[in-house]
Amino acid sequence: MGTVDYVRRPMPKQEPFERVRNFDEVALGYTAELAREEAARCLGCKKPGCVDGCPVGIDVPRFVGLVAGDDFAAGIGTIKETNALPAVCGRVCPQEEQCEKECVLGKKGDPVAIGRLERFLADWEAQEGALRAPPLPAQNGRRIAVVGSGPAGLTVAADLALLGYGVTIFEALHEAGGVLTYGIPEFRLPKAIVRREVEYVQSLGVELRLDFIVGKTRTIDRLVEDFDAVFVGAGAGLPWFLDIPGENLNGVYSANEYLTRCNLMRGYRFPAWDTPLKRASRVAVFGGGNVAMDSARTALRLGADEAHIVYRRSRDELPARAEEVENAEEEGVLFDFLTLPVRLIGDGHSWLTEIECRRMELGEPDGSGRRRPVEIPGSEFRMSMDASICAIGNSPNPLIPMTTPGLDVGKKGNLITDEATGRTSRERVWAGGDVVTGAATVISAMGAGRQAARSIHETLSGGEGTEEL
Amino acid sequence: MVPVIEQRMIVPNVHLLTVAAPEVAESARPGNFVILRPTDEGERIPLTIADWDADAGTVTSIFVQVGASTARLARLKAGDQIPSYAGPLGNATEIGKFGTVLLIAGCYGIGSVFPIAGALREAGNRVVVLIEARSSYLLYWEDRLRTVAERLIVLTRDGSRGHKGHVTRLAQILGDEGISPDRVIAHGCTYQMMEVSCQTRPLGIKTIVSMNPIMIDGTGMCGVCRLTVAGETKFACVDGPEFDGHEVDWDEFLARRESYGPEEVEPLRHSGCSSRF
Repeated sequence: MGTVDYVRRPMPKQEPFERVRNFDEVALGYTAELAREEAARCLGCKKPGCVDGCPVGIDVPRFVGLVAGDDFAAGIGTIKETNALPAVCGRVCPQEEQCEKECVLGKKGDPVAIGRLERFLADWEAQEGALRAPPLPAQNGRRIAVVGSGPAGLTVAADLALLGYGVTIFEALHEAGGVLTYGIPEFRLPKAIVRREVEYVQSLGVELRLDFIVGKTRTIDRLVEDFDAVFVGAGAGLPWFLDIPGENLNGVYSANEYLTRCNLMRGYRFPAWDTPLKRASRVAVFGGGNVAMDSARTALRLGADEAHIVYRRSRDELPARAEEVENAEEEGVLFDFLTLPVRLIGDGHSWLTEIECRRMELGEPDGSGRRRPVEIPGSEFRMSMDASICAIGNSPNPLIPMTTPGLDVGKKGNLITDEATGRTSRERVWAGGDVVTGAATVISAMGAGRQAARSIHETLSGGEGTEEL
Repeated sequence: MVPVIEQRMIVPNVHLLTVAAPEVAESARPGNFVILRPTDEGERIPLTIADWDADAGTVTSIFVQVGASTARLARLKAGDQIPSYAGPLGNATEIGKFGTVLLIAGCYGIGSVFPIAGALREAGNRVVVLIEARSSYLLYWEDRLRTVAERLIVLTRDGSRGHKGHVTRLAQILGDEGISPDRVIAHGCTYQMMEVSCQTRPLGIKTIVSMNPIMIDGTGMCGVCRLTVAGETKFACVDGPEFDGHEVDWDEFLARRESYGPEEVEPLRHSGCSSRF
């Protein structure tokens, strides 16, 4: 073994002044040479922490070793044994909190860039040509309904299709992908990549029904009659607002609305596409997570002169990924830390013109371990804004709880499931992802999907609750 | 993809659209709506369901051509495919035994009250329908409505048929006709629903209105359809679309509804010379 290489290879990106004027992907991905160099840094630990750090347990040292050895085909095959969406995960997983956090190289230097290598392999495979579906087993005659085609639903569908189940995904919107399609912007996750991952899942024999709203077009009760098991991965629902005066003014958006107009409805191509998105000149985004960063960066690309992140805590508490905060800063997003919006003010014709805020200071740590922001009395000030975007989260989708008797729901409207299996209070109905946890990460939804798929398989293949066919 | 069975203009600027959507037809209830995209570039448009046939698997809506996306819709013909058609959405109209129910409709609402009138009559109510238009040539479905309503009252702004004027004269019309409704349900034009609510408030008549805000997903995800009802923010798509008209903040609702007025027609200006239309 040579000397240990502690320095991570940087990933080429579009220059900030360039990318802030387009919706193309910001990060350009490793070249084969950079990928091999980066992969060669892996020490191939006997007890790899990275595998434990991955919610779906990808065999990281094996695929990284295959990249270093130039066997990209075997590398992507390794990932796909446990992850049906590598091009997505390589881009949007918070690796720094998961696999890369456990990398021993991280103790003295930079951890191996596992996410970038995953992305490299997925993109390499796509460039090579058709996606290769693994050999499929014979159909076992059992049918599974999956509600929602986001990360949780796609994972359940792929896992069960690979076990021989006949899977149908029901998607309420007109494009598959859930939050990957309507929520995460093109410049962070190109929609062509989402489509490719969805096509891969379809290539496993999964049927996809778009424009089908479970709870409305058909109820869960009806699906339970027609299918052997139902998985609910219906995702995020009602967006939260701050509950301050003025939030129904024109120019005030939820992040879900703003991003859906832009991403799903291609609002950035208005008027060639019909769905409009107002060109605001000064935009305030409330919140500090990835969705807030996505909203502010979208606003700049749509021509805003200024996009502000208005966050009540300080930089250290920002829940967004460090990489996304850095990207936002490079692009010129302004950060107003320790600032709490208290009132939105209109022009007398129902359009937002100003936001009133109060300064905060950090007090004692709260239940989350973060220092609690405390309002400074009399510190009110105003900022002129013609749009605001509320990105403080959302409660789970209400349509299924509203129309499914006997389905237990928590205080915030989330479906209650058994933590180890994803079982709900209804027989043969499982659930996972944001509809259970509230807004969380893509990979945690995939982890929940994986777990539910395992439990569904155990149940239907001989465990309790199985009926003979 | 959903095939168009019929698309035609039934009176100036008002169109009927029937599609084959068996699963929607099977689950449809009075007061529900659908969301569709006329073409891939089109907006998602909410349309109230005006009729359906569960056996034939068809669903009918009435729509008014206002902007770019409804213009695209108005160009479809039988046999064309609509890329998206999803529903039924929203809560169904509350059907109970109320006594005398007055349905007030204008615009596309003349179509959408039709199934509600039928369901109310079946539930044992005395159903009176009042339809309003600027002029008699804008009225439609009078024959159909007569099959479900005990009485059909016509109101035209120019007096070319029935009572002359606007629903601002509601109290007087009720007196002239000798009707004292136990419940009013209004569908269609936003101004008309607001006026009806103003008129029935002093009369103490419970008034249900079917709100028609801008929507995108229609499933409770985006929040653009929010409105204030009894001081609380509600989402029309999942909490409504029907609310108590006396509790709606109408000024806020109208302002939000008009917020994209210029943009609605903008794409039409950009496509005058292209082949898109």
